[in-house]
Amino acid sequence: MGIASPRAGWWKEPIHKVELIWIIVAFLWGLGMFFMMIYWHGVGNQNLSNEAYRITPAAYAAKVDKMTEEYTVRQEGAFPVVRPPPGSDVYMMGRVYMWWPMLELVKGETYRLHLSSIDLQHGFSLQPVNINLQVHPGYESVVTMTPNQTGQFGIVCNEYCGFGHHTMTGRIYVVDNK
Amino acid sequence: MTAATHFRTCPTTGLKIDRSAENLIKANAVVAVVFLLIGGLFGLSIALTRWPAVHLLPADWFYLALTAHGFDVLLAWIIFFEMAVLYFASAILLNSRIAAPRWGWAQFWLMLVGALMTNVAVLQGNSSVMFTSYPPLVAAPHFYLGLVLFAVGALIGCAVFFGTLVVARDEKTYQGSVPLVTFGAITAAIIAVFTLACGAIILIPTFLWSIGIISGVDPLMYKLVWWGMGHSSQQINVAAHVAVWYAIGAMVLGAKPISEKVSRMAFLMYILFLQLASAHHLLVEPGVSSSWKIFNTSYAMYLAVLGSMIHGMTVPGAIEAAQRAKGFNKGLFEWLRKAPWGNPAFAGMFLSLVMFGFLGGISGVVMGTEQINLIIHNTIYVPGHFHATVVAGTTLAFMAITYLLVPLIFRREVMFKKVAQWQPYVFGLGIAGISLFMMGAGTLGVPRRHWDITFADALSQFQFSPAAFLMLALNGLSAIVAAIGGAMYIIVVVCSVFLGRKIGDNEVVQLGPVSGAASAAAVARYGNEGTLKIPGTVVLVAVFFVSFVLYYFVNWKYLAEVWPLK
Repeated sequence: MGIASPRAGWWKEPIHKVELIWIIVAFLWGLGMFFMMIYWHGVGNQNLSNEAYRITPAAYAAKVDKMTEEYTVRQEGAFPVVRPPPGSDVYMMGRVYMWWPMLELVKGETYRLHLSSIDLQHGFSLQPVNINLQVHPGYESVVTMTPNQTGQFGIVCNEYCGFGHHTMTGRIYVVDNK
Repeated sequence: MTAATHFRTCPTTGLKIDRSAENLIKANAVVAVVFLLIGGLFGLSIALTRWPAVHLLPADWFYLALTAHGFDVLLAWIIFFEMAVLYFASAILLNSRIAAPRWGWAQFWLMLVGALMTNVAVLQGNSSVMFTSYPPLVAAPHFYLGLVLFAVGALIGCAVFFGTLVVARDEKTYQGSVPLVTFGAITAAIIAVFTLACGAIILIPTFLWSIGIISGVDPLMYKLVWWGMGHSSQQINVAAHVAVWYAIGAMVLGAKPISEKVSRMAFLMYILFLQLASAHHLLVEPGVSSSWKIFNTSYAMYLAVLGSMIHGMTVPGAIEAAQRAKGFNKGLFEWLRKAPWGNPAFAGMFLSLVMFGFLGGISGVVMGTEQINLIIHNTIYVPGHFHATVVAGTTLAFMAITYLLVPLIFRREVMFKKVAQWQPYVFGLGIAGISLFMMGAGTLGVPRRHWDITFADALSQFQFSPAAFLMLALNGLSAIVAAIGGAMYIIVVVCSVFLGRKIGDNEVVQLGPVSGAASAAAVARYGNEGTLKIPGTVVLVAVFFVSFVLYYFVNWKYLAEVWPLK
């Protein structure tokens, strides 16, 4: 037997009321979540810009070098620590296996942070703040960032980039304006 | 072609079974389980490496194991099993012969050769590029070639499935519309065609790049198209395991959907909107606009999520209605208390349903929110989420239906009944732990795919909180529990298939509280459940909805606390 003849016209049978209510509730909730993202672009303080450019690795490295030459304030191990003026464009470069250079920023000031990679894809993960951005070679993205706490923040790479991936780190210092 | 000798009649369900289809189901299911075993062992070794106190593997082996784990369980185990599900939902449920069984074997061998080729490439050690293989990271050419062969094989399987639907319709092996379970499988197969085509479209140029014929693959374009395979293939899983939920509800309890129309509409929403999910992986990427992100990440205003939320009511609702019809009418939850919890098919199915919804579904929508993604992207929260969907959801559902396929298709009695009874609980507990603790660690910022969060060899140091280390240790413990549950499954299934008592040609198997004939009628025909009172399901759904809303806004609050960005 297995197959019995079907009940004709199942598509005309009315929808159970409880199902209908749930469909409406779920649909409205979906709309709510959709408009929440748009709403946050208006009122929220954490949104990503859509600003990005194509760039060659060499051209990006040149920009980073220029900033480093101009504003390095001290050396920490392998890393120069760079303190560009508040409000300016600051550059961070991903490469195997470091985030280059270290930055020193002033709390409450706004910076245009540029991110790119000169080799593979990397993940810019600022900890413990927990801001995570994807960094591509060939693309330079810009995000306007306002550090609101002082301290020492780690940058971890959270996109796999080869056997040394777990050694790829960097640092951002945030200091009070003195 | 339709010679009677090609068929046997199943004494339990009365279904007419094409022996070629049956052999294809067996072959695909067996290979699937072998890949589950291999991939599962890799998975355990990864969790034990990420447990800082154990730190099992050296770094290069860790990244190798992670690449192999991703491919073997996320693609090989699941897609081989899905091929079995497709043949079952077409030829078997429709009483039909399978179209072009030779092409069915082409599917099987191509996928097997492809899967082995990719595994060999990974084990040779120069293709530890992760399952995602993002360029400019490059793997050995046969890594990509294996993936392409695997995808082409699976596409052939989909073609055989669609061909079987046509044959069944032409030869009038069923009347009217296809049953709901088959409808769900059609959904899965349509999504699969899109998915596998995406895979082939991006992996062929990547292969050509790896052998030096073309000069480069744009990393952003790769990601967009690759995730058309990577994420959409998880939507095949969703469609397939929802179909499996309906199948198990029907076969074990005789449950019929509350209304066919609603359940089918929900599947239709998957076909129309689920493919947009590639965007989930591009929310913090340069070069993609916010409006593109918002539209795509929400599956066009959450219409695919709506589909899942509907199934989240109709599946337990169907079970409640079936149970109430049997007289379990006391209070809100007698139907649930007196459900066959000792039957591993039912227990696995229900745990899969609950964990997929509460752990996988909610976390997925939250982290797929455009702005919230920036506090979650590439942290270990992400694997926490997808272990809840793919392992607790899909794998547990596939394990559950195996307990029905062994007697019906392999025609062997399930051995070690006690072990089988406990298996879904042990595995489910382990997976729930894995998912929750990874999500917990991710909330604390711990990166995914990372060998050493103490950064012992790094040029500059950073210290994660002790809570993060605790979470990773608990994740390791949970992985051991899950591995025990997985081993229980494999032991029961392998022993039953090869050593279990043979079921006679005329012997009727008891699948659950309802008779085999009633099972078959419930699963292989369509029609609405008559009973209209499902207050217990309403309460369950309300609890789910409140959890969803609360967790969603909690994460907006977390987001609001990070440094202002624009």
